[in-house]
Amino acid sequence: MAHAIFFYVFSTIAIISAIMVTASKNTVHSVFFLILDFISVSCLFIMIGAEFLGMIMLIVYVGAVAVLFLFVVMMLNVAQQKNQWFLSESSSKHIPIGLIISTLIFFELIIVIGGWKYKPDLLNNENLLTKNALSNTHSLGQVLYTDYIHIFQISGMILLVAMIGAIVLTFRQREGVKKQSYLKQISRERSEGVELINVETNKGVRVDD
Amino acid sequence: MIDIGLGHYLTLGAIIFSIGVIGIFLNRKNIIVILMSIELILLAVNINLVAFSIYLNDLSGQIFTLFILTVAAAEAAIGLAIIVVYFRNSGTIRVEEIDKLKG
Repeated sequence: MAHAIFFYVFSTIAIISAIMVTASKNTVHSVFFLILDFISVSCLFIMIGAEFLGMIMLIVYVGAVAVLFLFVVMMLNVAQQKNQWFLSESSSKHIPIGLIISTLIFFELIIVIGGWKYKPDLLNNENLLTKNALSNTHSLGQVLYTDYIHIFQISGMILLVAMIGAIVLTFRQREGVKKQSYLKQISRERSEGVELINVETNKGVRVDD
Repeated sequence: MIDIGLGHYLTLGAIIFSIGVIGIFLNRKNIIVILMSIELILLAVNINLVAFSIYLNDLSGQIFTLFILTVAAAEAAIGLAIIVVYFRNSGTIRVEEIDKLKG
């Protein structure tokens, strides 16, 4: 009973916020609705028994990806561009095509789900993660670092390539910015940096000659 | 209705997937919202994988959800970097005005 109530609450929030991501006029609001969507789906994951993935969703999506989106939206100053779905005539011809294709995809997916109803022996709800006493994170780690170790390392390489690619794409040399020159700093000698002067009494020293 | 099964989670995934597709087709604003729709689609895929993984009692689904998460993060980073560079060069990221990348 509680499972049903929480499922309906979180899935309703997820669907409504997904609609608002695509429909809201302000891009910043879309990003916030995307965050709300990820949070509710991670609550669903925790509820169904995949605690580790729920927490990782929170950390990776809400903590990193959504904040990245937010930074880019605010940096590019596109938040005030209004949404003009039904105003411009050139764009309104996409609307029926988009609606038809997405409803087609939705009903195809529903048909596939309906197929699962006719083989109920595939779904044995009794052994719902209760068979082993290990926690979700523990059992995931046991599989991830043994059977899937190569894929795990390849995904690390993908992240490295993405990081280098993002840095290379957005890097630019600017004029007029003061920078440290390490070679110059390291190769300074004592003789050119420090000068010893005998100061006469009551005369003083002129520094900048 | 009360008994939540695999079908409920798959239906939720299908709905979110379709909303993502609608968002890609109907978007007239800027490319960032299209990237967010792609994130929605990947989220729907993750919901499907986790639901199957729990109800079939097989951990492979959750493992692959982890990898999809990795690829989605990499894709978001690269896509946003490309958008930043494009905005710096051409000054706009509105969908109608982006015609430099004709195929």
